[in-house]
Amino acid sequence: MAARKFNALPGFGLTMGFTLVYLSVIVLIPIGGLIFKALGMSWAELWRLATTERAMAAYRLTFGASFIAALTNAIFGTILAWVLVRYHFPGRRFVDALVDIPFALPTAVAGLTLANLYSGNGWLGQFLVPLGIQGAYSQLGVVIALTFVGLPFVVRTLQPVLEGMEREVEEVAATLGAGRLRTFISVVAPTLFPTIITGFALAFARAVGEYGSVIFISSNIPRKSEIAPLVIITLLEQYEYTGAMALAVVLLTISFSLLIAINLLERWASRYHQH
Amino acid sequence: METDTKLLRRGGDTKSQRGTEESPFVKWLLITIALGFVVVFLLLPLANVFWQSLAHGLAVYWESLVDSDTRSAIKLTLLIAGISVPLNLLFGVAAAWAIAKFNFKGKPMLISLIDLPFAISPVVAGLMFVVLFGRQGFFGEWLDTHEIKIIFAVPGMVLATVFITFPFVARELIPVMEATGTEQEQAALTLGASGWQTFWHVTLPSVRWGLLYGVILCNARAMGEFGAVSVVSGHITGQTDTMPLRVEKLYQSASAASMTAAFAVASLLALLALITLVIKTFLEWRTQREFALAQRSVSETSPLAPSIQVSSRQQ
Repeated sequence: MAARKFNALPGFGLTMGFTLVYLSVIVLIPIGGLIFKALGMSWAELWRLATTERAMAAYRLTFGASFIAALTNAIFGTILAWVLVRYHFPGRRFVDALVDIPFALPTAVAGLTLANLYSGNGWLGQFLVPLGIQGAYSQLGVVIALTFVGLPFVVRTLQPVLEGMEREVEEVAATLGAGRLRTFISVVAPTLFPTIITGFALAFARAVGEYGSVIFISSNIPRKSEIAPLVIITLLEQYEYTGAMALAVVLLTISFSLLIAINLLERWASRYHQH
Repeated sequence: METDTKLLRRGGDTKSQRGTEESPFVKWLLITIALGFVVVFLLLPLANVFWQSLAHGLAVYWESLVDSDTRSAIKLTLLIAGISVPLNLLFGVAAAWAIAKFNFKGKPMLISLIDLPFAISPVVAGLMFVVLFGRQGFFGEWLDTHEIKIIFAVPGMVLATVFITFPFVARELIPVMEATGTEQEQAALTLGASGWQTFWHVTLPSVRWGLLYGVILCNARAMGEFGAVSVVSGHITGQTDTMPLRVEKLYQSASAASMTAAFAVASLLALLALITLVIKTFLEWRTQREFALAQRSVSETSPLAPSIQVSSRQQ
């Protein structure tokens, strides 16, 4: 890392040295340790442990529920961002501040209160359960919790883009005789689409790794309502370290792939609205 | 260009611009859907925490909080946050100084590496420390013979929390420090200030709000972290339970009284979240205002904003 100083400020060596040492100790060595240890297994062994029937069921639930939750957030998050940027109504700033609750509220608290809301005698459950909608202790509960934790991503990704959008283009479309719906579909939506996908990917990535809120609201039954991170914890508690590491490597690989995908998406999205 | 759209938006209610507005029916339909979503997914869950914790009155609420195991959980949470947040604050300031004030090869790579903990599942993060320091881990035997406990003890929980909250201060501070540039520091140094003096009296005051922003977010996450801490804690009641872990334990014991107690502990964490949000909103409002003032002083000299120029001339 050759430093090319362009100014006379002091402290580059000290701060960069500390940054690299701290980064290595806290982040890089732990990640490397896990990968190194997992690669100590043979590929066949790693594959066998990572694809047990129980693990496969957990992946299906984790990715399926994360996908539905991220999709829900993409739809409602887009509406919410649109309403917050384009319209003025009483309490707009309050609602805007509320959007960050899932970032600030500990996941255990979110899981606790969501499970209670959707249980038979909860505020929402008392209406939903008689209709046959089991929000708590079910697979639907997993989707509800994951929707909660991913809620801010689409809204917060979309808001600055909507604010920076040039209204002239919409005006031109209107002047040329396009109705509002036509303008939205052919002019506004294509511009927003890459950003919505980015927000979707961020919400999905967050949901895949989520643990705290889900274990409260799910019934956590193996092969049915058990998410992948919970399988890791259960295997650890049974001292099956290799099994836990195999699943962890799968999740880690997916996290890194999503990280790269999100970077590419952001690059794609920024081509549509350069300021 | 920015000013242009703003001016247009200000006049956006005139008839000629109706083509860019939705009909009132669509507008109110969208607002209703958006608010419904916010109420069901954000407002109700939050209100429910406080409602359930106070469902059996203040006396019961207070009793569940002064329980000795709950008190030790509160103390442990404060201890872990009290160690992790200053560590990541120190790192955040050092990293932001090196990244924002200097040019070097591999800068984007370094920034990506700092963001890495955000991408990793908390449970996987916890497992990493078990692999390093657990009985079967790399240093397990050595730690065992020297009778040092990291996993299923407080040091492991601190490490896991530091990992999870690692990026917060750095990623808030880097853009703020980049925006302030290096001219002021250069000036201070030219006038004979030492490096430390420059940092304390020039750099730190100019980034203080960004710094505070990063610290409160880092603190909220440190106190609320569940997954990573859960893996390394060992769940020893009264010893290695933090507040979120205490919530889980009370919830799992499934009696009506312990449920109220779980909500009581949860209400403290929810209060922390609310305070965090209020400070965050205030800081955002503040920086936005500073930004707007800076923008106005720029646009006063810009030909794109004739109306503002005229009004400033009149003064």
